[in-house]
Amino acid sequence: MSQLLVEERNIVVPGEALAEGMDYLPGENTYRTDQKIYSKVLGLLSTSARVIKITPLAGPYLPKPGDKIIGRVTDILLSGWRMDTATAYSAVLNVRDATTRFIRKEEDLRKTLDIGDYVTVIITNVTSQNLIDVTMKEPGLQKITGGRIIRINAHKVPRVIGKKASMITLIKEKTGCSITVGQNGLVWIKGTPDGEFRAVEAIKVIESKSHEEGLTEKIEQFLQ
Amino acid sequence: MAYTKRNDGRKVDELRPMEAKAHIIPNADGSASFKIGKTWAIAAVYGPREVYPRFLANPKKGLLRCHYSMMPFSGSGERIKPGKSRRAQEISMVMELALQPVVDLSAYPNAVVDIFVELPQTDAGTRCAAISAACIALADAGIPMKDMVSSVAVGQVDGTVLADLDYSEESYPAEVSDIPVAMLHNTKEISLLQMDGEISKEDLLKALELAKAATEKVYELQVKALKEKYLEQ
Repeated sequence: MSQLLVEERNIVVPGEALAEGMDYLPGENTYRTDQKIYSKVLGLLSTSARVIKITPLAGPYLPKPGDKIIGRVTDILLSGWRMDTATAYSAVLNVRDATTRFIRKEEDLRKTLDIGDYVTVIITNVTSQNLIDVTMKEPGLQKITGGRIIRINAHKVPRVIGKKASMITLIKEKTGCSITVGQNGLVWIKGTPDGEFRAVEAIKVIESKSHEEGLTEKIEQFLQ
Repeated sequence: MAYTKRNDGRKVDELRPMEAKAHIIPNADGSASFKIGKTWAIAAVYGPREVYPRFLANPKKGLLRCHYSMMPFSGSGERIKPGKSRRAQEISMVMELALQPVVDLSAYPNAVVDIFVELPQTDAGTRCAAISAACIALADAGIPMKDMVSSVAVGQVDGTVLADLDYSEESYPAEVSDIPVAMLHNTKEISLLQMDGEISKEDLLKALELAKAATEKVYELQVKALKEKYLEQ
C-alpha cells in the first residue's frame, strides 16, 4: 500500500523519507530509491495529485530565461558589459540589447554603463554551463540611479511580491517608495529616506516570517 | 587492569552531551554550531560561487571544498599555530570525501561550495564534530543533498569497546584505538573510516555496530537543529 510519510506543509530535511510505494511520483527536489521517495533539500512538502515536491526554504538562485534580475556591471567587453548576478555565474549584456541609440565603433561604452552601475535586466538565455545572456530592451528596464539596494534570500522573492503583487503594492503604498524586486534576490528601493528605511524593515520581516500564513495582514499592521 | 569504568562515568555506548544549532552566522549562506562534550565546531557554508583559482573549476559539476582549522586557543593551553598545517590539510580532505557522496552539485558547473569549520575548543573527536556541523550547515544553505551524514568516533581502550572517546581516553596509557566514523543515515554507508592504534577483528566489528547506533543519535540532533529554526517562530 502506498502512503505519505510526512504531512503536507511540514518541514523536511535532506534524505528524509516522504512516501512509500509506487503510487506517488517524485517531483522537484525529490528522488526515488526502490520503493521510497526521499527529499533532496531542506524545505516544505507539498503534493499535487500524485506528485510530491519540496519548496526549498533556502538555497542558491538558479537563473531562468524570462526572469527579471538586478545586476551590477563588473567589466566592459568589446561589445557589451559583464555583470555580477549575485550567483556563481556572471551575465553578458550585449550593446544591441542595451540601447536603441546608435553607438559608434570607437565610442567609450562607459558613457552608457560604467563599472559598478546597477541595472535591471531580463534573462534571455541560459546555457548548460549557466552562461547568462540578458537584455534591457523591455519596458521598465533601466540603469539604477539613487535609492538603495538590499539583498534577500532568492527563495523569499515570491513572498515579497505576494499573490498578484499584493504584498509589494502594499509596501509601495504605505511607504511611498518605488520598489523593484529582482528574482535573484536583489531589491531596489527608492523614495524618501524614512520611507526607504521602513520598506527595508518590512522586507526583512517578510524574509524572516516567509513560511507563516496571513503575512499580508501582519505587514499591514507593521507599517501602520 | 582493564578499563572498566570510564573517566567521566559514562556508559560504554553513551555519547558526551551534545548541542547543535543551525543558522548562527547571518552573513553566511548556511551555518551551524555543533558541540559534543568539550569539543565545539562552528561551520559556515558559502556558495555556490565562482571558483578561484580558475583552473580548479570543473565544467561538469560544482566543487566542494572544506577548510578545517583549530583556533589558536582551542587546545589545553598550548597555543596552536593558526593556518594550514599537515594535519589540517588532511582533515579538510577527509571531510570533503566524507561529504561528497551526499552532496549533489551537478546543477552548478564551474562553481564551488566552500565550507569553513573552526574549532574554538577541542577535546578529541574534532573531525567528527566538524563533519556533523558541516552537514547541518550545508542543509541550512539549501544545497541539494541526497542524505545526511552523521559522524562520531568509536574505539577501544584497554580491551573495552567504547563510543565517543574524549582526550583522556585517547591518551590512556594502555592499548587504545580511535576510529572516527561517518555514516549516511538512510543506507548506513560509511563515508569516513580512519583508525589510530590497534584493535582486534572482533572488537572492530563490535565498534562499527556501536557506531551505527551512535551516528543515529547524532542524526536525530542534526534534524532537530535544522527544524527548530523554523518551528520556534
